[in-house]
This record gives sequence, C-alpha cells and structure tokens, in this order.
Amino acid sequence: MTGLTGGSRLPEAVLTRLTGQRQTVTGRPGWRRVAAPLVVLAIFALLPFAGFAVPWVLPGPVDVVNSAGTLEVLGLGFVFASVALGFDVLFGFTGLLSFGQVLYFAAGAYVLDIALSVWHWALLPALAVTAAAGLALALVLGALCLRVRGIAFAMVTLAFAQAGYYLIEDNPHGLTGGDTGLVMAAGRLPPQLVGVASTRNLYWLALVFLVAVYAVTWLATESVTGRVWLAIRESERRAEVLGLRPFGFRLASFVFSSLLATAGGMVYLLLVGTAAPASVASTTVTISVLVMVVLGGVGTRWGAVAGAIVYVYLQQYLLKIAAEPSFGSLPAPLRVPLSQPDFLLGVIFVLFVLFVPGGIAGLAGRVRLRREGR
Amino acid sequence: MTTFVAITVSGLALGAVYFLIAAGLSLIYGLMGVLNFAHGAFLTLGGYAGWAVAQQLTAARGGAGFLLTAGAAALAGAAVAAATELLLIRPLYGRQIAQILVTIGLDLALVGLLLGAFGSNSRAIGVPAWVTGVTAIGGVRIPDGDFVAFGAGLAVLGALTWFLRRTRYGIIIRAGAENRDMVRALGVDVGRAFTLVFTVGGAAAGLAGLLNSVVFSGALVDPTQGDQLLIFAFIVVVIGGLGSIAGSALAAVVVGLVQVYVGFYAGGGAGLAQLGNVSVVLVLAVVLLVRPRGLLGGST
Amino acid sequence: MTGTRQRDAAVAAAGLHVSIAGSHVLQGIDLRVPEGGVTALLGRNGVGKTTTLRALLGLLPSSGTIRLLGRDVTGWPVHRIVRLGVGYVPEDRDVFAGLTVRENLRLAEIGPRPRYDLVYDLFPELKRRQRQPAGTLSGGQQQMLAIGRVLLDERPLLLVDEPTKGLAPRFVTEVIDVLQRVSAACTIVMVEQNVHVVRALARQVVVLDHGRVVHAGSSADLADEGLVRRLLGVSA
Repeated sequence: MTGLTGGSRLPEAVLTRLTGQRQTVTGRPGWRRVAAPLVVLAIFALLPFAGFAVPWVLPGPVDVVNSAGTLEVLGLGFVFASVALGFDVLFGFTGLLSFGQVLYFAAGAYVLDIALSVWHWALLPALAVTAAAGLALALVLGALCLRVRGIAFAMVTLAFAQAGYYLIEDNPHGLTGGDTGLVMAAGRLPPQLVGVASTRNLYWLALVFLVAVYAVTWLATESVTGRVWLAIRESERRAEVLGLRPFGFRLASFVFSSLLATAGGMVYLLLVGTAAPASVASTTVTISVLVMVVLGGVGTRWGAVAGAIVYVYLQQYLLKIAAEPSFGSLPAPLRVPLSQPDFLLGVIFVLFVLFVPGGIAGLAGRVRLRREGR
Repeated sequence: MTTFVAITVSGLALGAVYFLIAAGLSLIYGLMGVLNFAHGAFLTLGGYAGWAVAQQLTAARGGAGFLLTAGAAALAGAAVAAATELLLIRPLYGRQIAQILVTIGLDLALVGLLLGAFGSNSRAIGVPAWVTGVTAIGGVRIPDGDFVAFGAGLAVLGALTWFLRRTRYGIIIRAGAENRDMVRALGVDVGRAFTLVFTVGGAAAGLAGLLNSVVFSGALVDPTQGDQLLIFAFIVVVIGGLGSIAGSALAAVVVGLVQVYVGFYAGGGAGLAQLGNVSVVLVLAVVLLVRPRGLLGGST
Repeated sequence: MTGTRQRDAAVAAAGLHVSIAGSHVLQGIDLRVPEGGVTALLGRNGVGKTTTLRALLGLLPSSGTIRLLGRDVTGWPVHRIVRLGVGYVPEDRDVFAGLTVRENLRLAEIGPRPRYDLVYDLFPELKRRQRQPAGTLSGGQQQMLAIGRVLLDERPLLLVDEPTKGLAPRFVTEVIDVLQRVSAACTIVMVEQNVHVVRALARQVVVLDHGRVVHAGSSADLADEGLVRRLLGVSA
C-alpha cells in the first residue's frame, strides 16, 4: 500500500500533530481493561455448554441458555458485529458516512449462494471467488464514489446499493431468486456446518469470525494507516499539508470496510441458509448497522460490537415478547408501540443521539472515569 | 403513439409527486444542512391522515370532501414536521451528522408505530370517483389522477416560487441557504425560518403521500410507502441540486420520465420490472460523478 | 478601571478565549473600547483580529465575558446581540450573491423606519442597481452594499473587518469618507491592515499578537516607527 498512500514511514511526532491528540490508548492498559474482553469472550465461547434454564431474558422460544434459539440469535449478532466493525472503520475512524455498505454484504451472501447453489462449487473455491468479487466491486465502486465528498458521497453510495437491490429483485437469468431469495444448497458443505448438530458449530464459526475481524480491525486502526484515517476524519487539509495523499487512505478504508461486509455476508449465508433481498440488500440493513454503531459508540471498536449484539438481541427478544399470550391483554396504547421492535429501537436511537452521543462505550468510559475518581 | 402520450403523462404525474417531496427536502437541506430522513414518515402520515378523514366524511366522494382530505394530509405532515424541528433538530444545532441520525431514528420509530397500529396491509381511502376515473383526450385514455397530481405539483411550485421571491421569509430562506451566519449577523432569528421550512416541507410531503396513495397505489395506504418514495425524492433533490427549487422541479420531471420510459419500453420487454428504477439510480450516480452539485445547484 | 468607566465603554471584553479546530486562537483578550470614534484593531496576519470581532458578535463560541453597549451579552444568540444595536461588516463583504441589492438591504432591516434615503444618498450606485443581483456587483460596489446594510438603522456600535481590502483607490477614499461621517454618531471597531487608513480614521488603536492584546493607546502612537515595525512587522 505504500505507493498508494504516499509513504508509510511517518515519524511519531508528525502523527501526533496530525491527529491533535492521541486518540487511542497506548502504553500498558490496566489489567481490568485486558481481562474484561477476555472474560466476555470466554463466556461466549463456553455458552453452548450451558444447559441450564434462565427465565424471561433469553431471546429464543426455549428458556435454556444453550438452546438453538439463543445460539442462532447470538450468532447473528456476531455476524452483524463484524459488519458494524467494518462500518465503524469507515464512518467512525475515517469520517466517511456511506449509505451503501449493504451492497458488499449482499454481494458476499449472494455470490457465495450462487456459487454453491447454482454452480455447485465446493466451499473453498466458492469463498475465494466471493472474496475476489467483493474486492473487485469495492475497488471499482470505491474509486468512483470517493471522487465526491460529504452528502454527495453518502447519496452516491446509497444509489449504488439501491441499484444492487433492484438488480437482485429482478432475478436476472434466474440467478438470485428474486423477492423470495435463494436458498443455499448444502450439498457440498462440510457436514459440521449442516444438519441438526450444526447450530453449535455455526455459532462458534461466527464467534471465531468476529474475533478475527476484531483483531484485524484493531491492527488496522492502531497502525500508521489508522492514525492517518483519524487525521482525515478531523481535517483533510492537515493531512495534505503533511505530504500525504488522502485519496489512497480513504480508498483503503472503504475497501477494508467493504471486505469485512462481504465476509460478513458469507458467514451470514452459512448461518441463515438463505439470501433474500429484504434481509440482505435493503436500506433496512443499512439503517440497522448505522444504529448499531451509534448505539455502541462511534469510533470505539468494541462499541460497534456491543451495539450490534444488543441490537440483534433486542430485536429478537422484543418479537418474542410480543408473541406472548399475556402480551395481547395489554391495553392498546401500550401494546401497539411495544409490539414493534422498530419503534422501540428507533426511540432508543433518538434518545441516544440526543442525550448519549458517545453510545454504550461512552457511558462505560464515564463510569470508569468516575470510579477512578476523576 | 397514444401509449407514448399516456406514459409521458404518467411520468409527469409521478414527477409531480417527487417534486412535492423533493421541494421540502431541498429547502430543508439548503437552509439547514439537514438531510431529513423523517420525510418518509411525514409522507406516510399524510396518507393515513387523509385516510382517517376520508373515513369520517361521507361527502368524501365529492370534490369538497377531497379537498378536506388533502388538507388533512398536508396539515398532518406540517404538524409532525414542526414538532420534529422544535423537539429533535433544534437541540442538535451545529451537529449536522447528529441531526441526520436523529431523523433516521424518527423515521424508524414512526414507521414502526404505524406498522403496529395498522399492520402491513393497505387501507383504502375514500375518494371521489372523478379522481380515479379516466378521461379520453384525442383518443388517449389518461387517468384523471394524473391531472390531479400534476396540477398539485404545478400549484405548489407556483406557490413556493412566489413565497421565496416575494415574502420576507422567502428572502431569509434564500439568503440563509447561501450564508446562514451572515443572516444571523444581520439580526435575523434563523430559528424561526428553520421551523417554517420544516413545516412547509412537511405539508408538501403529507400532500404527496396522499396523492401517491390515490394516484399510484389505487387509493391504498400502507406504512412502508413513504420510505420507498423517499429514496427517489432524495435522488431528485441531489440531481437537481441541493437547495434549488427549480432544480428539484427539473430533476423531478427527468426522473419521472426516465423511470416510466425505461420501465415500460426496456424493462417490460426484458421482464426486468425494476429496470426503470435501476436506470434512475444510475442517472444519479452519473450526475454526481460528473457534476457533484447537481444540475442547478449552487456551490455546496 | 472603575465601575463607572466600564459602563461608558462601548465594548468591554475580559478573558476572551476562543479555540477553532483545536487551535487556541484567542488566549485571553482583555479589550476595552471607549464610546465614540473609531478604534482600530491591528496586528499581523493570523493573530486573531477577525476572530475577536466574530467572538464579540457571538458567531464563535468563547469563554470569558463580553459587554457590549453596557449590557452583558455573554452567551447571547447572535441575532439578539445584533438587535441590541450592533452592526457587522465582515471581511470579504459576505453579501448574498443570489439576492438583489434591494433584497440584501431589505434583509438587514431591523427598525420600523429604515433609512433608505440616507443609504442611497451615501451610495447612489446602490440606488441605481437596486434590482441587480448582488453577485454581479464589483468588489467596491459590494463593499458599499455591505456598509449600507448596517446603516439602514441607527446602530451605536459597528464592527468592521478590513473594509478597504482589495478595493481600488477611489473606493478606498469613498469608504474612508463614509466611515468618517458615520463615526461621528457611533462607535466603530475596525480591523484594518492598511496603516494609512488607520491614521486617517482611528482615534484609538489596539494591537494584537498571538491571541493577546499587546498594546492599547491612541493612534498618535503610530507615529513611532519603531513601535509600528515591532508590533506590526511592517514599515509604515
């Protein structure tokens, strides 16, 4: 990437000037900060072994911790957490508001689906061709869309995502299955990923995927490139004055984010088994990912993960509650709004934007500061 | 040939509906820098308000009843828009991204509420027979609704143009779109202009929602129609140039026509129903990449 | 500075700090402008002269206190400060290009009886070009418009930023002439790089450097060439 980004050997002093303040925590963090995520990871990893019942709080139909319902919801949460991480790099770290990342998510799901179900390829070649397709798409469209900035950039990314949605709906050559979607043919998949016992394996696959995505994102944002992204977010002029070519960095951020979305689309397909335009290619997904990142805390990495898991969990949980028989006996003014997860999530989102702009991560940061006595 | 005329008229009517939505969006963005995603909800609410009023009026079958229905739609849109500006947008003054985000959240919540209240099935609006009828002109059968929509679009265009050119608030809005700080530095309370612009935009959106239901959806309202239209309205606004009413009008006509022509002539044949939509989206992409400020937009 | 003298000041700012995009531009401005006449705000490029004017008007967030025309306006919204009787003629004029001359003036109306005859007397060109879009005016004509705007109503305090910048000599003379006549009836705080203009108009001078006030005195001080070179870096 050196040629594209005009040089990667920047002295530390220059980098600090670029970003004003050091945005990321360096040095040796306290043991609490390293231990906490590891504990959470351990809990998630061991979850499929937790065979006990917990009343009320679980999102699936069965109130047992390691039931298929719980694992599926959490797995979905992990997939979207990865997509949200990618979006956070683009929006939170580089300051580019794109309304079109869902296109790459859809590409990941649909190309893999087509390769497996229409062309009947084996899993590995199918994954490879999907990744290549996602990369090519991101490079071409990224180079195109990044020619404009700000609102124009947001709109042109939205435009391409919508074009993708319409193309999928039109079911050209019968490839995409149109409105009803394309069901994934499981014929050539490894047996661990299909069939009844697969829920656990798919859950772990999603978890491992999330960990990998988080690691890669952490490396990217802590690197020199990541600091330049932060600088670009603050002021492009500053970056230019220091001899950098922002375009290359912006493109790198865009491609990085899009590749993560594509990968997320692939894992999504494996988890859910169908690719349908409404759930994979519509603006609803775009909005959802945006809400996840803002709820979790823009530009904080773990915020995006927390936001995504909370969002997916809440959505399923609220649907479950609304289907309860006792729910139907609530008076209409309560029952109507509560029956729609979108309403509650929208209200929570508005409240967060107004009063908690730092998101969940911001709240956690404030709690930590207070505990440290500052 | 007759088909061509009929299609052209329907394209113009569609363009008129887009213009009604785009005009508000354009004004709001031009003056305030806010990309109002909640406009879709204003649209849908307008449609439902019209439906609710039409339900109560047995005289909805007559011309006066229809005016009341339309008025109710516009009023509902205006009221919700004003509330949105005062309660959600004002507290976030100076934070453009946050303002955009809050409108996204509002749209999500409002559509969710409507889905909960009315379900995803459509409801029928009572309208006069002449609105859903067809008139034959020189051998071409044109739905009367097309005339209504186009007429409404023209009327609003005229009213807006008059408002912007002739009234003090019109001057404030035009100046504010150029340089908001300087307007304040001349002693003008732009906050009032913000609320006004939102309200006017909301009224036009409400009306558009009703017209869309009546003319293009067979007099049916459903909770998701607003968001589908909104994307096209955004496209119109950006193609025409953010902040330019004339640009929105021009772009609305272009988009409406492209959509119906491509949809009918190209898409119909190849079985690609959405080709019209795809082509509109691609026009947007082309315009943005060649001329980012739109056809008639000023400097961004 | 006693209490009574503070009340007489047209402008009294204390401890004014302004940060723009992470840069601490104003680092504690203490400014006192007596009533009447022209006070010039001088300094090298980038020391914060324009920032000071904009902060006084409330266009920039600041910490510290600001008193204008005897009232504490700290934290007031811009339009409220302006309606107190403050006029602003910005650097680069900032007329509304898409509006006509007449519409530009109409926007600036504050009181019930705007003095169009006064403005058109001072600037007959503006009267001739009433219906012309302001964007098509020459630089000098736009400056006339920018000044004319703040003269429509009687304002005791005018904040003027580099009114002669980029103007042809005959316009410079006209601007000096107008400001001289206007300053008889109000207080003007003027940012100006052109030392000749300052000598012609100003009664008091305030010199800024690195976001602070480093000199405040009468304009007679400018006769001292050494001082001028030290503070402004130019040879007058």
